[in-house]
Amino acid sequence: MYKLKWKEKVCATCPSADCLLKCQYMSFSGHDEAHGEMMKVCRGEDSRVLHECATCYACEEYCTRGNHPFYLISERREEKGLFTAPRPITNQWINMTQMQGKYMVGPIKDKALSCCYIPDLGILGQGEIFKDVASAVAFGAEFMCPAVHTHFARMSVITERLPKVIDNFAKLGVKEVICLHDECYGTFTAIADAYGIEVPFKPVYYMDFVLDRMKELKDRIKPLNIKVAYQRPCSNRLIPDKFPLVYEILDLIGVEIPDREYQGENCLCCGEIIRSVSGYKLADDVQERNLNDMIAAGASHCVFNCPACQSSLSEKVVKKGLKPIHIIDLCKIAIGEKEREVL
Amino acid sequence: MSDILKSLIEIVGERGVSNAPEEIWYYSRDPGVLTPRKPDYVVAPKTTEQVQKIVQLACREKIPVVPMGNGMSLTGLVIPLKGGIVLDMKRMNQILEVNSKARYAVLEGGTSQGVLKAHLQEHYPHLRHSLPDAPPATTIAANVALHGQGRLTNQYGFNSDMVTGMEIVLPTGEVCKIGSPSLGPYWFSKGPTLPDLSGLFLGWLGTTGIITKVGLKLFPNKKIRDVELFVTDRVELIPDILYKLTHLEMLEDINVWFQPKPLMFLGNFHVTIYFTGDTDEEIAFKRKMVWDTLQEFIDAKDGGFMAVQYMKGMLLEMPQRAIADFADVPKGGGFEYSGPITIVEHFPQYAAKVVELAKKYDVLYASSARMISGGLCMMFSISFAFNRNDPAMMTRVKHALDEATAFALDMGGIPWKPNFMEQKMTMQKMEPGALKLMQMIKKNLDPQGIMNPGNWEVNS
Repeated sequence: MYKLKWKEKVCATCPSADCLLKCQYMSFSGHDEAHGEMMKVCRGEDSRVLHECATCYACEEYCTRGNHPFYLISERREEKGLFTAPRPITNQWINMTQMQGKYMVGPIKDKALSCCYIPDLGILGQGEIFKDVASAVAFGAEFMCPAVHTHFARMSVITERLPKVIDNFAKLGVKEVICLHDECYGTFTAIADAYGIEVPFKPVYYMDFVLDRMKELKDRIKPLNIKVAYQRPCSNRLIPDKFPLVYEILDLIGVEIPDREYQGENCLCCGEIIRSVSGYKLADDVQERNLNDMIAAGASHCVFNCPACQSSLSEKVVKKGLKPIHIIDLCKIAIGEKEREVL
Repeated sequence: MSDILKSLIEIVGERGVSNAPEEIWYYSRDPGVLTPRKPDYVVAPKTTEQVQKIVQLACREKIPVVPMGNGMSLTGLVIPLKGGIVLDMKRMNQILEVNSKARYAVLEGGTSQGVLKAHLQEHYPHLRHSLPDAPPATTIAANVALHGQGRLTNQYGFNSDMVTGMEIVLPTGEVCKIGSPSLGPYWFSKGPTLPDLSGLFLGWLGTTGIITKVGLKLFPNKKIRDVELFVTDRVELIPDILYKLTHLEMLEDINVWFQPKPLMFLGNFHVTIYFTGDTDEEIAFKRKMVWDTLQEFIDAKDGGFMAVQYMKGMLLEMPQRAIADFADVPKGGGFEYSGPITIVEHFPQYAAKVVELAKKYDVLYASSARMISGGLCMMFSISFAFNRNDPAMMTRVKHALDEATAFALDMGGIPWKPNFMEQKMTMQKMEPGALKLMQMIKKNLDPQGIMNPGNWEVNS
């Protein structure tokens, strides 16, 4: 069984306690309280963190000392039976993502295009940008990153399923897996590493792939000249070094991201998991603040990275007068593959 | 050509009558598991007068008459158990009047749900009717005749409670109007303050007369319709959850369902909660009320709200097509259910029975209950899918359904749209005084016993 690689000493000597002090969903009076609560978590004692954490993943980014506060919080919750969401919701996610032998695999040689278990990704991963890999699709629970279960403090599901998912890719004989789902890349890199799970292929972040392709297609790009707000997904907290790619891609296609309060490290969750874990009041508040902030920044569009965020926020985005769009679709419009009218 | 056939052609014209084998084959069955029985003739009238003449002929010749809408009851209610004439009402499909201020419509007896829905959407978008989750071609008269339910049943009762008057061709061929239309031009009441004669025909499954016109209540069609989906794995909590939800007194519809496939639904009971409003504020308020009223179950981690964004289209569809998907899970597209009406607190026992029957008879189940009249009772569907090309599976489903009906009767429930065998089971259990009254009514209204014989055979 895989165990979380956790260094208590790193936490004990932490001068900042940023993991909790920067948290947007819990308040602490200062370093000492935050540090004290985190040390309780480390020691396996009860802490209000175990009851109040909204599972936004952000502390994985806030910790710059290489530890994994969020995974540890989730581990401790599971150990104590302190599940985040109602039991039927947790079990539903476990059932829904069960491997049942109902997967799709295209003609794959050395590269696979991972669509996780999200049908929308299969559509996004088509066209000129993906022309060399679009058919090499791997889709289904057998290829789904199980990171979502961290939201429900079921780390045991992750350690049980992730090696199988990795093995399923390995059996395809791939050298590279291009992850269209942000969370898959985060799982194959950050989570796998944190648990010492070996990944025998190279995970490729789709934004790296898209940026390279857009540079190759530079002659076809017509700047879009719009201002957008970017909805950063929770899973991007696992791979914060990849966040700047959003700016690079959008800059390349003539899209501006005006500064706003809730972006970058200070971004807010899409709210859907918070709705399950913490209830509608916090979820509504988070969504309202986030969308109002987008409007105040002068954005005309809300650009998504994660289809789950897009699904949960789109209706509200539209009601606020913004247009929801995935970053890949923006790229497709920029190279003339999709009609500009959809903007 | 027989004299009967000639007479029928004289009444409705050549295109309105058939005894061709392919037509007889089609009209001898329904999509359920009951054995087909052939009619002698299929007749499709266009007017009340034609219906009158056909019934007069049938009465004179003592030929059974089976009035038929779209034949989708699934329980064989329009299978001509004793042959005779199947009276296909679908050509009588005119919308005769919509009184938008009083909110009622007057329809011919073969008007379909889809026709009325489309008509209202086009001409009266602020009005709607209680649409059942049945194919759009099913007819309104048939639906009220079997005490159907629809999207507004939680708020306003059975669809038959929404009848505002009827025109009936009696088994003797006479025509009469029921309710306010018997006194004037307005169709606003099926009974009150007169003696409510509608009860002589509603629920009788076409054994006491033929509905040639029906008045139906319409309701405000709000601009926005929304949905939440609450799940719990503790079946014993369902009655409490429903009690709290119905206490809100503002929900359009509440359905509870559970099924083992697909896997994401396994082990949970799903409460689909529909609400409507004219503004986003109204919707937001109602959503908060729904969440708040179930907060205690969330706090106890016994229940929670699912993310519904990706399912919304399917959940808000009217009528829903998910049932058709369920029917094809075992391949072969068969589906039938027993839908007893019962009190809500019996939900856990019924749920256990469904699982028990599915296991015993090795069939796939899905179950859905719909609130009626704000929680007064519910329709609990015990549904099984089957392969139409697998007679053994169909037989197992039939046995499972028979056992479900026996269970419902033991639990004090009432079978809904019972097939002829279930009707017999019901009458055997019925209080003798009630049965005697049914006998008196049937004997007086249909002395020849020609109306849909084999059903509600109270005199046998």
